[in-house]
Formats: sequence, structure tokens, C-alpha cells
Amino acid sequence: MSVNMINIYIMGKKYVVPDSLTIMNAIEFAGYQLVRGCGCRAGFCGACSTVYRIAGDYELKVGLACQTKVEPEMYLTQIPFFPAQKKEYNIQELKANAEQIARFYPEIYRCIGCNACTKVCPQDLKVMQYIGYAQRGQIDKCADESFDCVMCGLCASRCPAQIVHYNVGILARRLYSRHIAKPAAHLQKRVEEILAGKYDAELEELMTASKEDLRKRYAERDIEE
Amino acid sequence: MSYTPQLRELIKKVEATRADRVKKGNFRRMTMDERDEVLSKFHPDFIEASMRKLTFGVNRGDKIPHELADLIEARSLIEGLKFDLEKIAYDVDVLVVGGGGAGASAALLAQEQGADVLMVTKLRFGDANTVMAQGGIQAADKENDSPAIHYLDVMGGGRFENVPELARALTNDAPIALKWLEDLGVMFDKFPDGTMKSIHGGGTSRKRMHSARDYSGAEIMRTLRDEVRNRGIRVIEFCAVVELLLDSDGKAGGAVLYNMETGEYEVARAKTVILATGGSGRLHYQGFPTTNHYGATGDALVIGYRAGAKMAFMHTIQYHPTGAAYPPQILGLLITEKVRGLGAEPVNIDGEQFVYHLETRDVASAAIIREIKERGKGITTPTGMVGVWLDSPMIDIIHGPGTVEKELPAMVRQFARFNVDIVREPMLIYPCLHYQNGGLLIDENGMTAVENLYVAGEAAGGIHGGNRLMGNSLLDIVVFGRRAGRHAGARAKDIKVKKLSLNHVDAYHKEMEAAGVDTGGRVSPMLLPRYTHRVE
Repeated sequence: MSVNMINIYIMGKKYVVPDSLTIMNAIEFAGYQLVRGCGCRAGFCGACSTVYRIAGDYELKVGLACQTKVEPEMYLTQIPFFPAQKKEYNIQELKANAEQIARFYPEIYRCIGCNACTKVCPQDLKVMQYIGYAQRGQIDKCADESFDCVMCGLCASRCPAQIVHYNVGILARRLYSRHIAKPAAHLQKRVEEILAGKYDAELEELMTASKEDLRKRYAERDIEE
Repeated sequence: MSYTPQLRELIKKVEATRADRVKKGNFRRMTMDERDEVLSKFHPDFIEASMRKLTFGVNRGDKIPHELADLIEARSLIEGLKFDLEKIAYDVDVLVVGGGGAGASAALLAQEQGADVLMVTKLRFGDANTVMAQGGIQAADKENDSPAIHYLDVMGGGRFENVPELARALTNDAPIALKWLEDLGVMFDKFPDGTMKSIHGGGTSRKRMHSARDYSGAEIMRTLRDEVRNRGIRVIEFCAVVELLLDSDGKAGGAVLYNMETGEYEVARAKTVILATGGSGRLHYQGFPTTNHYGATGDALVIGYRAGAKMAFMHTIQYHPTGAAYPPQILGLLITEKVRGLGAEPVNIDGEQFVYHLETRDVASAAIIREIKERGKGITTPTGMVGVWLDSPMIDIIHGPGTVEKELPAMVRQFARFNVDIVREPMLIYPCLHYQNGGLLIDENGMTAVENLYVAGEAAGGIHGGNRLMGNSLLDIVVFGRRAGRHAGARAKDIKVKKLSLNHVDAYHKEMEAAGVDTGGRVSPMLLPRYTHRVE
């Protein structure tokens, strides 16, 4: 494949880069060694939030640098950190109700319904929707809808009501998982068995078995269909 | 970049055999001898020329990959810099180095012991391979399973070379670790009655892989991070450790910190030190693309080795069978093993399956390399990369429509960004560098041979022997993070740190010179890889 070079502008400064690159690779190609604004390089960590505009277009766009291709005449900057508020709590003592979230993050009721959070989300989450669930105390729905959040902070950066959506999301998910979802009875039972030493002898025996013996047992072990 | 017309033509061959493959059921598993053969002939670990023998230090005589040897056979990054080691910037009980899942677990447990804990991490708190682990976490918690059955799977996967005490700790602690996470509010996939959903992974004999959609590691990491912040544990981000400090008795007693942004150095004194800095995929062993996090540069191996800790199993690297080979923008992106766990099969250019879809990672990778290199049945992409298909559309046929979107939202999203629809189209894959099976050797408490120096997570070695099973890495970081944190936190109460020095680094340099090693001007640790002016 032939390489097609394009102009991009990193914080206003022009660089010529191959058009097949992601924004992250293009920043590096341009000569930067990233310290901030680079994490997993695979769309999971939320370190590389990037805001950009194409010359001649009024629309401000966003994306994760590692997951977005460069475009000709792209003006970009990264937002690797956002000074968000996070409340400290003991999850074990909280109650899973609407008042709980409202007590920590009362600003969720200041939402003006502009939907900027949803529009900006690089994960295409319905962010305003999950804040709506939080407002109504529907913690299970808030947890479910916010699940794929990578906590990049772009939603909070755009919110006129100054809501920190992703911290509401994680509170909802932890409340749901700790206090609403049923605990796994089989897991509790197994933990008790282990603490009572039920498997100690069997493990001890395996630990002293010869390599040949283990190899044979491994080859012959039954496998759940 | 969607599939080219040429690739679409080839996809027709995969579609032609799909119904038949689903109907026929499982492909035959390899026998133990067949496994040995494909590994020795095609697995990258068995390429003699990829390694060299160390000639000094604790591992004298052991072979490790050249890329790591280059960092071991290097001088200290801070040689010649004048430090006042009496000027202590931080004086704590437990210093945790690294802000991934192992570091977070260690910090929480150490603090529970009453210790004053400081965590430093080179990038952001939570920037780690942990967030990238998609597939899940193993634990023998179902009726038909037990820690002993899990143990045998672990040993078999590890080529029976694992340290037995560590494999026992891993498997017997597994349900305890899972319960701890459940209690912290990790949103595991469950049935309405609370029963955990669990499926197979490569090399498992029971369905014991638990997940949180395909964001399993991310969900665990963000929960642990939230908890560390709730408990007020001090965390310094963008702060690396460049050397350990030993006291006059040769015990670990702190570290030299490096501010990644201002370039300044500071001294931290600690009664115990826990290295949880993760793996080394960013060294790109044998030139492989990697699934690893940006910071995975093996720092603990370098500074730990200088301090006298021993490396174990660093001649074994895990190549994940399913790295993305296309589109080029996501080359090397991890395709979670959950895709195979849900039934997707590896298929060659003729639409034929050539390996059982749930072989262990080492065997599956070797079989893919064989299919391409020996049998010439790979698929060549427009950039010249060669791969095989992973037939993801099988999943909805086996489990019902909508399964792919529900169980693999991250995968669907990441391919959709480049116009590939994995619900309807197979993925192109090639093995990629995924995990260091080895690391610094620890005991059951996570301590190394250097007193008061602990290692947890991917940086530690011995647990997984020569090959780690999927779902045992998220497990490892929690189990051994907790163990190291608990022990280091409790032990710190009775420790008095004596005079600190970097004498061990001077001695290391002298030993290296005496061995006649040519360092070629190299210094280490690496801290960050350099990709400037390159098209990856």
C-alpha cells in the first residue's frame, strides 16, 4: 500500500504524517514521546482523550487517540486529566437508594438535558440517560447503562451542570453489585470449605506427585462439556 | 478499514464450512506428545537464537531473551548522580511500586494491617495490563470443581514446571479472592439468583472463568482504585522507581523515586517494599507486536535483579494466539480469549479448522504459526501481515442471536471503529506478545530472596511455570497482591530500617565489568518505550 501523507496540527503546530495512523501513532510519528495522554493503547484505560476540529468545520469532535484515525487538516489537543470531584465512602455501609447518590452528588439534579455528555462519549454510552436513572434511584439501570465507561472524563469536561458522570457511574455499579445483586451462595460455601481446610490434603498430595505422574493425570482428567 | 474485496472473497470459504463445523462439534484435542512437538517446533520460546546466557548476578548461566538481557546488562540510569540519601522525602511503613491490580490489592491489605502505605506509579493509577484483561478470572467455586482440579489445570498449562507452593496458593486462595472482589462491589456476570456465570478458557477442565462482560479487568481495576481512594491511601502518579535502596544489613529499605514530568529525584524510606510494576511486553521480544500497556517495560526485573532478587522462567514468554492482524490500526490488539471460550474456532484460508479452539495459549499460538509457516495456509493482508481467521459469527449460531453484542461489547466496538462487524464477519488474527510467564521469584508470602522486598502480579515468577492459563492473571494479581500486602504490612511493625545506600548498584557495575560485559552505553530501567518517528 502506498503511503499518503497529510497535514495535522498538534496544539496548533503543523506536522506531516501518514493518513493510515491513529492519532496516538501520529503524535509519536511527529516526534513526541508521550508521558501523559497514553496508557493501554487499546481503548480500555481512558488516558488519551483527544479534542479536535477539522479546519473549516465548526464542529468540535472527540475521540480516544489510540482508537481514532487522523484526518487531513485536523487540529487536535489531548485532555489527559480532568480535575473531577470524587466523594470518599465506605461501600459496605451505604444503602442502595436514590438518596445515597443524591447525598454525594446532588449536582445530578442540575442536569439541563443538553445531552452534551452523550454526544461526547467515545464509548457511545447514553450518558445523560444513566444520569437520569441515577436521579430516579434506578441504580440497577444506571449500573448497566454506565458499564462500558472507561472514565476518560470527556463527559465531565463538557457538562454545563458540572456533573462528574463517571464517578456517579462507578458509585451506582458498586452499590448495585454489593447491595442489590444477590451474592453467589456457591462462592460463599466454597470459601468456608477452604477456610476449614477441606482441600489441604488433596493439594498436599498433588504437590508431592512426580512430574510423570502429574502429566498422566493431566492427560486423563475429565473435561466438562 | 473494512475488509477488502479480496478478503471478502476469502471470507466466503469460512462461511461455506461454518454450519458444518458448528454441527460437527469439537475438533480433536492434541495428545501430550503432539503438544510437545508443535511447541518445540513452532513456539517462539524454543528459538535458541532469541536468547543469551547471563554471565553475572544471581541468574548467572540462565538464558533470557536478548531484549531483556540488554536491560540487565546495562548501567544504572542514575549512576553518577549525587544523592543525599539522608534527605528522606517520604518515610513510610510500606512502599507499593505500581498502580495496577496487584499494587492496589497490596496497598489495601497492607493498610488493613495498620501500616502507613505509599503507592507510587509511573503513569496514572490504574494504567496497567489489568484494565486490558478482558476475558475473566478463574476460581474453582462451582460444585463440580475444586482447588485441586484447578491446581492440576495450572500445572498442566505451566508444563508441570510451576513452583508447587505458589500454584497451591493461587488455586486455594482463588475463591477467597473472588469473594473479596464480590464484596467490594465488582459487577460480575451473574444469574438472577446470584450464581456466577462461568465458561471455559484455554486449558481449563471446568467452566471456572468468571467475567464482567469483556471489561473484566477494567471493572476489577476501577473498583480497586475507587476503594484505595476511599480509604485515603496516598498515591503519587507519574512517579517511577529507578533503583531500590538497601540498608546496611542488605535488606530492602526504600527506593529512589523519579518524577516523570519534572525529572526530579526523591528518596522514599520504607520498612517493606512491594514491586508490582507489571510485565515487559513493551520490550517487543523477537519483534512481536504486543497487547501490553505502554508502561510494561520490566522495571522490577531490572532494579530487583540489581538488588539480588532471582529471576525465574524469564525464558518463557506468552504469545497470545489471538492478536488482531487486521485492520492495521489495531495490529496486535488483544482479542479476548472469551471469543474462543464462547466457541469461535481458528480457521485457515480454505475455511478449515486446524486446531481445537480451547488449547492452551502456547499450543494454540504454535499451531497458528505452523499453519502459516509450514502449511502455507495463512491469509495475507494488504499490508503484508499474515494471519488466520477466528470465526466469531459462530458464537451467535451456537448461543443465539445477540450473544456477541452482549458478551463482547468491547470487541464489537473496537472493530466497528474500523468498520469490521465481528457479529457477521470473522476476525483476522496472529499470535502477539502478551505476558511474561516468569518474573522475580517469590515465596508464598510474595517475598523475594532479598529480605523485606516483595513482588506481586506479572512482575513475580514461579506461579505459572512455563505458560500461564487464561483467567489466572487477574487471579494472580489479586491473590498475590493480597498476600504480599498482608505480609509486608504486618511485618513492617517490627522493622527498623538501618542506614540506606546504593552500594549494591556499585557492586553490580563492578561485577558486570569483571564478567567482561559490554553494555554498549545502555542504561536501565527503560521506564517508557520510544516510538517516535516510527510507523508502528
